[in-house]
Amino acid sequence: MTLREDDTGVTVHPRQFPTNRGGLCQKGWTAAELLDHPERLTNPLLRDPATGELRPASWDAALDRIVTGIRAIQDDAGPDAVAVFGGGGLTNEKAYALGKFARIGLRTRHIDYNGRFCMSSAAAAGMRAFGIDRGLPFPLADLGRADTLLLVGANPAETMPPLVRWLTEQRRNGGQLIVVDPRVTATARQADLHLQPLPGTDLAVANALLHIALTEGWVDRTYVAERTSGFEAVRRTVAAWWPARAEQLSGVPVADLEATARALGTGGRVIILTARGAEQHAKGVDTVTAYVNLALALGLPGRDGSGYGCLTGQGNGQGGREHGQKADQLPGYRKIDDPAAREHVAEVWGVTADELPGPGVPAYQLLDSLGTPDGPRALLVFGSNPVVSAPRATRIERRLRDLDLLVVADLLLSETAALADVVLPTAQWAEEDGTMTNLEGRVLRRRALRNPPPGVRTDLAIISDLAARLATAETAVIGTAGTGSPGARPEAVAAARFPADPATVFAELRRASAGGAADYAGISWARIDDQDGVYWPCRTEDGPDTPRLFADRFATPDGRARFHSVDHRPAAEEVCATYPLHFTTGRVLTQYQSGTQTRRVPALRRAAPEAFVELHPDLAARLGVDDGDPVRVTSRRGELCAPARLSAGIRPDTVFAPFHYPGAGRANSVTNDAVDPISGMPEFKICAVRVEKA
Amino acid sequence: MTARVVIVGNGMAGARLAGELHAREGDRKVTVLGAEPHRAYNRILLSTLLAGRIDEPDVELTEAAGHGIDLRTGVPVTAIDRSAREVHTDGERIGYDHLVLATGARAVVPPLPGLDPADLPERVVPFRTLDDCRRILAAADGARSALVLGGGLLGLEAARGLASRGLTTTVVHPREHLMERQLDPAAGAVLAGTLAGFGVTVQLAVPATGVAADADGVRLDLADGRTLHADLLVLSCGVRPDTALAQAAGLTVRRGVVVDDRLRTDDRSISAIGDCAEHDGVLSGLVAPAWAQARVLADVLTGTDPLARYRPQPVVTRLKAAGIDLASMGDPVSGGPGEELTFTDPARGTYARLRIRDERLIGAILLGDNPAVGTVIQLFDRGHPVPADRRALLLGRALGTTGATPAASPALMPDAATVCQCNTVSKGALVRSWRSGARTVDAVVAATRAGTGCGGCRDAVGGIVDWLSQAESVEVTR
Repeated sequence: MTLREDDTGVTVHPRQFPTNRGGLCQKGWTAAELLDHPERLTNPLLRDPATGELRPASWDAALDRIVTGIRAIQDDAGPDAVAVFGGGGLTNEKAYALGKFARIGLRTRHIDYNGRFCMSSAAAAGMRAFGIDRGLPFPLADLGRADTLLLVGANPAETMPPLVRWLTEQRRNGGQLIVVDPRVTATARQADLHLQPLPGTDLAVANALLHIALTEGWVDRTYVAERTSGFEAVRRTVAAWWPARAEQLSGVPVADLEATARALGTGGRVIILTARGAEQHAKGVDTVTAYVNLALALGLPGRDGSGYGCLTGQGNGQGGREHGQKADQLPGYRKIDDPAAREHVAEVWGVTADELPGPGVPAYQLLDSLGTPDGPRALLVFGSNPVVSAPRATRIERRLRDLDLLVVADLLLSETAALADVVLPTAQWAEEDGTMTNLEGRVLRRRALRNPPPGVRTDLAIISDLAARLATAETAVIGTAGTGSPGARPEAVAAARFPADPATVFAELRRASAGGAADYAGISWARIDDQDGVYWPCRTEDGPDTPRLFADRFATPDGRARFHSVDHRPAAEEVCATYPLHFTTGRVLTQYQSGTQTRRVPALRRAAPEAFVELHPDLAARLGVDDGDPVRVTSRRGELCAPARLSAGIRPDTVFAPFHYPGAGRANSVTNDAVDPISGMPEFKICAVRVEKA
Repeated sequence: MTARVVIVGNGMAGARLAGELHAREGDRKVTVLGAEPHRAYNRILLSTLLAGRIDEPDVELTEAAGHGIDLRTGVPVTAIDRSAREVHTDGERIGYDHLVLATGARAVVPPLPGLDPADLPERVVPFRTLDDCRRILAAADGARSALVLGGGLLGLEAARGLASRGLTTTVVHPREHLMERQLDPAAGAVLAGTLAGFGVTVQLAVPATGVAADADGVRLDLADGRTLHADLLVLSCGVRPDTALAQAAGLTVRRGVVVDDRLRTDDRSISAIGDCAEHDGVLSGLVAPAWAQARVLADVLTGTDPLARYRPQPVVTRLKAAGIDLASMGDPVSGGPGEELTFTDPARGTYARLRIRDERLIGAILLGDNPAVGTVIQLFDRGHPVPADRRALLLGRALGTTGATPAASPALMPDAATVCQCNTVSKGALVRSWRSGARTVDAVVAATRAGTGCGGCRDAVGGIVDWLSQAESVEVTR
């Protein structure tokens, strides 16, 4: 989109861009309404110890309070007693600076981010299969010319409407769209074939599809032999997933499984995409892997117009996971426990590799340890609202309250900010320069239209300010291995090390990412402007970027993609007599994430004013519930109260609620905090509940 | 906790148990003794192998390995010494703390003149094991016709497989209709029609009386005086549990080795699972119960859940063959109180019969194109209540749960109806933009943002603009 500002304010104008082709949903059209929103924070807030209320304060007072708090806690309990929590909406520059600030400004290993709740399962599955994680290894436009497109747990008609233009084009070109979703979503309604499995059975469906591909001779044996390893074990595992077995487990008819396998196995250009529906499970990595196995067996990845991809969610969901705000990663998608990666990044940062902390813990584990005897006692939150978005949110809210110091940087008083000791008002998207990396791995510009309002600072400025003050207070910490000239004042060294200017940060990010998987070395802001975005990896300024990965080799040491044998396992919590129904969560079209922003835009609020519980009319009849009646959904962890919304498009054994809302309607009061053993992804998409009229 | 477990049999049940034990915590030594020389394989895929759609390696299953698993194939067990707690193989004695019999079942060779179970002619083969499959394939090589004796589930899968190799195939079945244990006569007739479409002829209600075979072919004599000739004869006349070891060891054996809810025989140190086991008077003969038994036994033996008990689940029979879609479950046939839903479309090979009592499915036959088959199986399997609108069970998704609502005339559409979902634009908003002067689709879109998200409502917006330009032309030109 582009923006114009005149006397009446900032207005949004669509831009013909290859990704969305000028399409915007209501969230985009109304995005400017937040710039001068009456609830916008324009002053730091400090909690008054006497009254317990948040009161406006000066930046000096707020920053002093933070620095004093951090210092006291770290002196007492060590550097890991302070933690940082980031977000997938932050620009690349901010994500990078935040990771660097945690590692060498705070010297804590504890940093993670809300992308852990979003992309982590697909990321881990992509890494272990392909040696690299880029949501789409091909341009989005490839969707429009796919003969067969399989969407697993993806509902772009509500979560990413402009993408539907590609689906429309795909079907106009004669392509077949197949959607796997337990609900008849707006996307499923457009599909040629909709598989409606029981939540938690997507993996078995994938294994059955591969089983059919094997028995029908659709496996690309040459590709498997030449470009992959590990197929034998997968073949033996899926031999046990004959379609009737998957049918009994998932409820998807054998005939539909066969039709799907046929469309995938005999189509020319075939794309398989997963999204949160498949990924937000305690077996999310394995579920994605099952679909990757299917794609590999059919010889799709690297074939022109074909492949496997993941639909990345947040605005900078892709870039946000590449530059070091993940507990186990350093910039350029490097692993923090890789000695060579540590050496490289340490050199760019002007420290020694020994000074870099080791890996921290994934988001939920981090949040769940806050304020406990062994956990961090202070938390700095940027661009996230875990009180609404974390699983088992009632417990996480308690953990946040147990902290000695909670700092939240946000543009509005989110539910998490409302619990904070210090709230810092930050700039918005139209007030800062930077880059984002979209779901195609294409690095894009964000351009400042105007300056932040008085009293508001950018996240980069906040990080810079904090680093300088921390350095002043403790010369020994940051000055020891510094590259600063002898005698330089520590705060000046720190300010130089944490610049507030995004262009300077990006230049450093390029150097830090150079040679890594997500290599931005050849990407300049000017080149992004010239090319309408640049696909990573891009190693040199005059070298090519990479719209399509895997044409010749995969990013593994031997160049082959790796199969991993994965088998179905039950959900972490199964239904029982007390909690007889499956509960699943998701999104609505007009709300975004925890709703901090979208719930404050009048038009969006009108469209989706409150939480609801979607249930089948047959189930509603048995419960004595009419459309609109308040119902209570109870799990072992908590409850949610919201009006019933009757829909024949959901299975009678499953209820659904959107997760955007706080308070009594908070879906995450109910969700399960079981996490994937590899990715740390919580099981947002299935738990056991009972439902009754409230 | 049991330190040494010996499993006799590496079939669907035995191999599964080894995998279940392997997946659980604890130190133990598990010895699996398979009589067949092959890796563990999926018996269900043998008819696909017969059809020539896959190769032998494709029927292999995952085998547990490492962590104390000792798998030996081609090692038949000759005896059990219960007092010494040992099993005997040819040349070895293997001690056990717990012994599991997963010896499976053997194909029945019918007592017909010309058939000696110990010495079957080369062109007469039962259909049970991978070796059987190899023999059938060897006999089918260069053959043009085949006979299948027995019109049960396996016989029909074999017949379908042979037919798809291009053999003229005839099924001979002594009963009045096919798969009489799972189907009613009407379904049997529809199924026979479906098979005919694939080139499989069915001879019903006629027992065989004798077999003669030589190097050139096979002759099957029928009770009605006819004789049928073919290049090979496949026997699919049922199976009998392999209980010889158990019997010789003095364990209680009726039709199968008798086990309790913990899968224990009358010797506390010996269990039996799968096709050789008889639980509560029932021989299951299917994979699902065998795997359920393996899970329960692994829970008990490893102490993961010492209280685990095997509870038989209602059985769903699924005929798996190209072009044939058949599911049968529970008791779809016998009378009694309750509702009955039926749908028959013989021309298209579709038949459905569902029986409902107290809002639960108690039995069903679904043959052919039944879009709700997955739902029906899950409702039956889990005992969940059936839909208020029973048609959903017969017609499935066709019943208005998907698909766009037919576009109503804009005139009949309420003002509040949302036309553009992405930007929540109602029909009323479009009309208002028209009245404020927007006169083209582009102008209406620019004014309301309708159609600027996914673009899916552009046609609807165009339709409303057309309707407005006609309906309001008088008012506009005034």
